Amino acid sequence: MNERAIVCKGLTKRFGDFIAVNNISFDVDQGEIFGFLGANGAGKTTAMRMLCGLSYPTSGEAAVAGYNVFKQQEAIKRNIGYMSQKFSLYESLTVKENIRFYGGVYGLSDRQLKEKGDELITQLGMENEVKKMVGSLPLGWKQKLAFSVAIIHQPRIVFLDEPTGGVDPVTRRQFWDLIYAAAEKGITIFVTTHYMDEAEYCNRISIMVDGRIDALDTPANLKQQFRATSMDEVFYALARSAKRSAD
Amino acid sequence: METVTLHNISKTYGKGATPALKDVSFSVNKGELFGLIGPDGAGKSTIFRILTTLLLADEGTATVGGLDVVKDYHRIRSSVGYMPGRFSLYQDLTIEENLTFFATLFGTTVAANYELIKDIYRQIAPFKDRRAGKLSGGMKQKLALCCALVHKPEVLFLDEPTTGVDAVSRREFWDMLQQLKQQGITIVVSTPYMDEARRCERIALIQAGSILSIDTPDAIINAYPGQLYALKAAHIPHLLNDVRGFEGVGQCYAAGEYLHMVFRSGSEEHLLAFLEGKGHKDIILKKIKPDIEDCFIRLLTTTHQ
Repeated sequence: MNERAIVCKGLTKRFGDFIAVNNISFDVDQGEIFGFLGANGAGKTTAMRMLCGLSYPTSGEAAVAGYNVFKQQEAIKRNIGYMSQKFSLYESLTVKENIRFYGGVYGLSDRQLKEKGDELITQLGMENEVKKMVGSLPLGWKQKLAFSVAIIHQPRIVFLDEPTGGVDPVTRRQFWDLIYAAAEKGITIFVTTHYMDEAEYCNRISIMVDGRIDALDTPANLKQQFRATSMDEVFYALARSAKRSAD
Repeated sequence: METVTLHNISKTYGKGATPALKDVSFSVNKGELFGLIGPDGAGKSTIFRILTTLLLADEGTATVGGLDVVKDYHRIRSSVGYMPGRFSLYQDLTIEENLTFFATLFGTTVAANYELIKDIYRQIAPFKDRRAGKLSGGMKQKLALCCALVHKPEVLFLDEPTTGVDAVSRREFWDMLQQLKQQGITIVVSTPYMDEARRCERIALIQAGSILSIDTPDAIINAYPGQLYALKAAHIPHLLNDVRGFEGVGQCYAAGEYLHMVFRSGSEEHLLAFLEGKGHKDIILKKIKPDIEDCFIRLLTTTHQ
C-alpha cells in the first residue's frame, strides 16, 4: 500500500487565460489531517475537483489513493469520500434510506450495509431518528450524518469542503471528534474551513493565494514563521497580498 | 432612546413544526451596533423578517423607529435598509444600474445620499459597468450594502453579511460597519461567527429560537462563572480523551491550539500528575480569560442539561 494518500506535483488548471490553479505541489500522508485553506477565489475548489477525479488538470501530475488523476478517475472516486456544506444528503429520504442509498452507491453488500449502518447509527446516537426525514434534522446532525455516510465504505481519503459552516460551536466540536476518530482509523482527512480555530486541529495546513500554495507547514511552524500568535493572523498576512478575488 | 423593540415575539412556521422563535424580547438603542450571534437555524433570519415587516409574528409586538411592524408596515419599509442573507440584487444589472434602481425605488437619487455610501462605493466603482452576477463574493457584499444604504435608512438590518466570505473580507466588512456607525445609523447585524461578536457594542446570543444572553461582549465574558483553563500537550486528540476521563474536570473541548476546560473538583496538581501518568509530554496548563465562544458553549450546555 502506498504510504502517501495524495502526491501532487506541479498541478495546474487553466481556463483560457486564467490560471485557476498554478503549479501546486504537496504530499499528504495516510492518516493525516490536512487543512486546505485559502481566500474565496484562491483556487481551492478547482484543486479539489481535480484531486477528486472530477476535472482534468491542464498540466502537472497527481496521484490520489495511489491512482492517477488523468487515467484512473473512476478508481479515485471509488476510493475517496466527499462531503460539503452544500451537497450532502437527500432531505426527503429518511436517515436509514440515505445510508442505504449511499452505501449502495459505494458498492457495499447488503450484509455490510446492515453492519455498517447499525454501527454508524449507534456511534452517532441516532437510534430514535432512523425513520425521520433528513430534512427535519437540525443542521449539526445532518452534517455529522453526512460525514459518517461519506466514510461508510472505508475510503483511504475523505474530502470535506467547509463541513462546519454555520454549525453551532458545540456541534462543531462534536464534528471534529468524528474527524479525529476517523483519522485514528487511518482515514486521511482533507478539509477546507473558514474557521481559523479549526485550522489548528489539522496536522498540517496549506494556504492558497491566487492559485499558488504560499505556505505549507504545521500550525505551530506557520505561526513561528509569520511571528503570529494565531492562525487567523497567519491567514490574514498571506491572504491580504492576494491580487485576485472571485468566487 | 430605543429604535428597535421586540416584546415576547413567538413564531412557528406551519402546524406542529418546531418553533422558530420562542418569546423573544430585546431592544436596540439609537445609533447602536447590535449583533445577533448564533448558528444556522437559531432564528436570526426570522427576527429580521419580522422587523422588516416581511413576516407576521404569531405572538408579541415589535417596533422599528417607534412604528409598529404590523400597523405601520408601510412607513417602516421606507425607513429601513435590509440586506438579506441570500444575495438578492439583480444579477443581470450592472453595479451602477442596481444602485440607481434601488435609489429610484425609494424616491431618491444616488447623488442625494452619496456621502453615506462614498467610502464603500469607491471600492467597487472601477467595476461599475460589470453585471452583479459576475462579481466576486466580497464585491457583491459591498454592492448589497450600498443598495441597502442608498435611501439613508434610520436602521440597517444585515442578515449574515459575512457568511461564506473569507477572513480578509470579513474583517474589512466590519471596518465598514464601524464607519457607518460613526454616521449615526442604527445597525442590527447577525453572524454565526462568534469571533465577530467583539465588533458589536451589545450582542444577543441566540440558539434554537431563544435568547441565551444579552449584554455587551465584555459583560458577557465577565459573567462567566469559575476559572477557565487552557491545556495542551504533544498529542491533542489523546489528551482530549484522557482529560474527559479525569473525574475532577467539568467541561473540556478543543479551542484552536489548546483545549479549554474547567475544574469541577480536581486541582491543577492532580490533573498534571494524572496526565503525566498517562504518558503525555510537553504539557502546558494555564488560566485564561474566556472568549464569546466559551460563553456560548457554557450557555448551550447548561441550558440543554
